Amino acid sequence: MDWLLAQVQIRSRSGEGCVASNGFCPDWIADNFDRYVAPFAEHVFLTLVSVGIGFAIAFALALLAHRRRWLTGPITGITGVLYTVPSIAAFFLLQPLTDRGNLTAIVALVAYTLLIIFRNITTGLRNVPGEARDAALGMGMTDWQMLWKVELPLAVPEILAGLRIAITTTVGLATLAFFAGGGGLGKEIYADINFKSNVVVAGGLAVLLAAVLDLIVLIGQWLLTPWRRAAHA
Amino acid sequence: MIVPASFGSQFSDAIDFILHKRESVSGGIQVGGSELLGLTATHLYLSLAAVAIACAIAVPLGLWLGHIGRFEFLAISISNIGRAVPTLALIAFFIAYLGVGFTNVLVVLVLLAIPPILTNTYVGTRQVERDAVDAARGVGMTPAQVVRKVELPLALPTIFGGIRTSAVNVLATATIAPLASVDTLGTPIISANVYGDAGRLGAAVLVALLTLAADAGLGALQRAVTSKGLKTGAREPRRRRLRISIPTRRGHAT
Repeated sequence: MDWLLAQVQIRSRSGEGCVASNGFCPDWIADNFDRYVAPFAEHVFLTLVSVGIGFAIAFALALLAHRRRWLTGPITGITGVLYTVPSIAAFFLLQPLTDRGNLTAIVALVAYTLLIIFRNITTGLRNVPGEARDAALGMGMTDWQMLWKVELPLAVPEILAGLRIAITTTVGLATLAFFAGGGGLGKEIYADINFKSNVVVAGGLAVLLAAVLDLIVLIGQWLLTPWRRAAHA
Repeated sequence: MIVPASFGSQFSDAIDFILHKRESVSGGIQVGGSELLGLTATHLYLSLAAVAIACAIAVPLGLWLGHIGRFEFLAISISNIGRAVPTLALIAFFIAYLGVGFTNVLVVLVLLAIPPILTNTYVGTRQVERDAVDAARGVGMTPAQVVRKVELPLALPTIFGGIRTSAVNVLATATIAPLASVDTLGTPIISANVYGDAGRLGAAVLVALLTLAADAGLGALQRAVTSKGLKTGAREPRRRRLRISIPTRRGHAT
């Protein structure tokens, strides 16, 4: 019960003028920027670990659904429920099971990414042109070879589109992870929610993180799909 | 780490909190039970108002942009940017700059609800088959009639998909409205020093049920507004016949 107060000590700020009036103060930001480094690192950790685990699970489920078509419906239904339950509720619903901390935060964030990634991978695999499959079969490829050498490479743009949505969403939701005891930039925002400088810096860092990770995936897509570059040249 | 013994008791305590009033942890007031009805009502009212206002703004705009087929970048990228802005930061930003209260939270929720509806309306309108639009023009429909009688009905399922996404997001985000002094179902979650662990868990259960019910309800509505010609059942047989006509293809590939 006291955890929220214990964890989020309302920060005492000394200062006059701008800082005292909760303003947007470039000087204060310059002097205090280092206090955001650790929460930012926590935020990166939460995002990357959650999306990484989420991708691995969703990828396995998508391959399963690719072989056993009838599983697509049930998997979409179950991950859809996980996706619909608000993360803030999930953070608390999980606590009787997993207690407070990073584990709870990560489990909830992983659950949230599953539907997005699963849906994009299955759509990507389904949209592979039949001609490409026929050609692969004609060359004598096994199902497994066809999957890794033809279907998955052709589905890369859709798979990565799903990854991008999952990443930006997770960066946003991770700002609520402090409710589960997971730290991150949200904890900083919540600690001093009336102070404009604090809100702008912590919120801005989250947006920046989402943009940078998004860009990295875009670059990855460019590197992974050389044939698309050739088509444009 | 896993505590199965307390797991059940914590949940049954939470259910008890939902069903029966009790003295608050801090003392003095009664919480839980019927007290939650008021919180639920505010939660629903706030969310409904936000989604309704967002629809009133985003659906006409999306239809218009989709009809003239321009500003695609705007209509699509708005929703990408919207996803990256953390709602907690958005609420905090509004609190810091405009102050607390119902109107501010409503504005935040409207801003949150617009992107999915706008993008889906735009995409839905653009996806309407050109043949259908040409035919409508050919029989002498005015542009307004084309939008109202052809593009809107055909785009409606996609538009409803956007509204469904927004509604779920808004219901979830209304949970942090207490940070801006609006008492919703998030209040027991955030003010745990008053409501206790059972209150927090109970409210989390209610919020989860509320969003799941809204999602299911809007999903049913989405299917109900889908015109008969668009339902998969009407299309499936034709596609299936095409598949059979290619005998060389192995079954598993399609």
